[in-house]
Amino acid sequence: MAAEELKTGPLEYRTQEGRMTILGFWIFLAAEVVLFATLFATYAVLYGRTADAPTPMELFEPGIVLVMTFLLLTSSFTCGLAIHQMRRGNVKGLMTWMIVTLALGFGFLGFEIYEFVHYVHEGASLTSSAYWSGFFVLAGTHGLHVTLGTGWAILLLIQIARRGLTNVTSRKFFIISLYWHFLDVIWIFIFTCVYLIGMVI
Amino acid sequence: MGITDILVTGEPIIYAAMVSIALVSIAIPVLLTYFKKWGWLWREWLTTVDHKKIGVMYILSALLMLFRGGMDALMMRVQLAFPDLGFLDSQHYNEIFTTHGTVMIIFMAMPFLIGLMNIIVPLQIGARDFAFPWLNAMSFWSFFIGAMLFNISFVIGGSPDAGWTSYTPLSGAALSPGPGQNFYLMGLQLSGIGTLATGINLMVTILKMRAPGMKLFHMPIFTWSTLVTCFIIVFAFPILTVALALLTIDRIFGAHFFTLTAEGLPMMWANLFWMWGHPEVYIVILPAFGIFSEIIATFAKKRLFGYHAMVWSMIIIALLSFLVWVHHFFTMGAGAFVNSVFSISTMLIAVPTGVKIFNWLATLYKSKIEFTVPMLWSLAFIPSFILGGVTGVMLGMAAADYQFHNSYFLVAHFHYVLIAGTVFACFAGLVFWYPKMFGHKMNERLGKWAFWIFFFGFHVCFFPQYFLGLDGMPRRLFITNVVEWLPLNVISTVGAFGMGLGFIVFVYNVYYSFRHAEREKTGDSWNGNGRTLEWATTTPVPFYNFATVPYVDEIDPYVRMKEEGKTTYDESQLKPIHMPSYKATPIIMMAFLGLASFGLVFEWMPVAIFGLIGGVAVMILRSFDYDDGYYVSVEEIKRIERKARGL
Repeated sequence: MAAEELKTGPLEYRTQEGRMTILGFWIFLAAEVVLFATLFATYAVLYGRTADAPTPMELFEPGIVLVMTFLLLTSSFTCGLAIHQMRRGNVKGLMTWMIVTLALGFGFLGFEIYEFVHYVHEGASLTSSAYWSGFFVLAGTHGLHVTLGTGWAILLLIQIARRGLTNVTSRKFFIISLYWHFLDVIWIFIFTCVYLIGMVI
Repeated sequence: MGITDILVTGEPIIYAAMVSIALVSIAIPVLLTYFKKWGWLWREWLTTVDHKKIGVMYILSALLMLFRGGMDALMMRVQLAFPDLGFLDSQHYNEIFTTHGTVMIIFMAMPFLIGLMNIIVPLQIGARDFAFPWLNAMSFWSFFIGAMLFNISFVIGGSPDAGWTSYTPLSGAALSPGPGQNFYLMGLQLSGIGTLATGINLMVTILKMRAPGMKLFHMPIFTWSTLVTCFIIVFAFPILTVALALLTIDRIFGAHFFTLTAEGLPMMWANLFWMWGHPEVYIVILPAFGIFSEIIATFAKKRLFGYHAMVWSMIIIALLSFLVWVHHFFTMGAGAFVNSVFSISTMLIAVPTGVKIFNWLATLYKSKIEFTVPMLWSLAFIPSFILGGVTGVMLGMAAADYQFHNSYFLVAHFHYVLIAGTVFACFAGLVFWYPKMFGHKMNERLGKWAFWIFFFGFHVCFFPQYFLGLDGMPRRLFITNVVEWLPLNVISTVGAFGMGLGFIVFVYNVYYSFRHAEREKTGDSWNGNGRTLEWATTTPVPFYNFATVPYVDEIDPYVRMKEEGKTTYDESQLKPIHMPSYKATPIIMMAFLGLASFGLVFEWMPVAIFGLIGGVAVMILRSFDYDDGYYVSVEEIKRIERKARGL
């Protein structure tokens, strides 16, 4: 609760509260890594247990998943640009790039929902087999995280429009950028371990 | 669904419980209204973010849960000693051993220890509160509401009955229909959020808010045990979160993770559960080790022997705790090689634990021991815990485990480690730090009575159970009228009632001491034997803890501070202190999420969705809340400190 404020360095690191919150969020991300690791392990254990439902090889197609990957990876880049603008003190640049990030995130979500609906039509849903339960919960948990991230980003955009750059708002944006990059990392693993492997074996 | 389908009917014990619950729920609001205490309760407690008050609420709730879990235990013991009496039927027996285990581990042991951490850790490191006080309040309410949700299952909907481990496929929708298992899943999920948040919160507090000069290896050993425990929490609890979520999705939304149909894998649950469950055991024992270390050093009046070895052994125990989970199901058929690996890793844990035991003994060696109540609990812990530890190594031998598995030998083992370790530590820690919390000590004479009754009750209760296990009595067994088992079962039940009596004396002591104990005048309550910073504060502790934070560059800093006549109040160094404001959002948010969980238990989706939306709305409100707290002025600090120190 020390109130001393540094005069130099990034805004979000100037107060003790800011430094503590950022460290706390890193630890939270460590917990998130364990959460997703457990889901990946579950998925791996249930791999091939498709029962009467279609196999992933029959359903997975490279096209749409590549588009989703492209959207999410680009959004991570634009999120980085937003933080770069924040560090330069450019509120307008921060907001612009954050809105671009959001738009890409919504695009990703749209394709994911379309993809899920498609699979359900083909007879592969949460309830059709152990494998598909594992798939939908792993990919769905990631999708849910992206959804929460977009809602959160909207709240932060409202706050920065009202208050401008302060220690607190820049801390909040820095933390959501950590979160967003983290989701990108998780997606790379989903893309590789779920989709690419699922297409070949 | 009508009201008669929801309420549990047909059991005299449950009717009695309903009546008592109804009476208590009427009595509390009536008393609050009569004494005009609503505002006080809301302003001072329900909305508090003060770590000391939150800690007190944790401990009070844990004592309440200890009572509930203890009642379950006594009912089981009555059934086992008098199997022909027909006291419980099989269904009721299943429910009671399930709730006993769950309540004791999740809603008693952990909150009790987290309560002590809440109060003591910031005081030991010279901090003024947690890193995130708001989050701390949220954690408490998530635990409390989760615990209440779990407990109302007794009268509404029916208790879970698949054991505290909730093994699938038994706990799946096909074999356990109805809301019982859902209560287990949602109650644990809700309180698990709070535990994870507390783990992060305490970790940041310890890493970032230590007094100037205090390096990690200057920290008191209880703070060290808390830090190591927080690492285990952060890496173990997400596994439980996922396991509970998957089973919930199985039960409510028809997925096939753990089902027998559609190629689900019931055995995966056991793996996930124990990948959390074994580290969980160390979450409740490491802080206990920390408490005993503090108490033994204080009343042996020596610096703890082998401080560095103590810390490193805790770290090694924490790492090993993630590598032993398969020993909970050696008999599941993983094969000789896998069992051997886990057998060896299990036995390895005995090494750092043994190091700790020898360090405690070495601390006691040639010291002038003061036999206070906390010291009695600590001294009783050492031999009792060794009995539990040695039988643990026996259980860890995979080949021999085929004989012991699922027998009363196991039951005796884990009660020996969890009661002699965790419960003794909770009592010891509470008595030890009681003056810091309430401004007066607990009566020593009554405390000794409580200790001796509980101690003998404990051994009389659980020692015979080793032999019952070796005689082949399985755990979770409802009919025990086998002639060979009966005498030992009766002895065990007598011991259990002894423990119950000890608990009653302990609770009476709380009341007696509140009425009659001498109020503390100095902060250093135990005859000036305090060694760490919490004893340097005045009693009662001011809400900002430290007027000025001392510079610390050694272990046991308060010993030297006393020699040099330094205090935590240096008038020339006073600055305004920044403190967080009290908030209503934590309790309201968790109440909404509790409602959502309640809706999910009965699969009433509109209620669940309403609760979820409410919870999210409060989170949004919180995001827009830029209240930065307030400053305590130098004049006010002077006034408070001068009064407390009699200057």
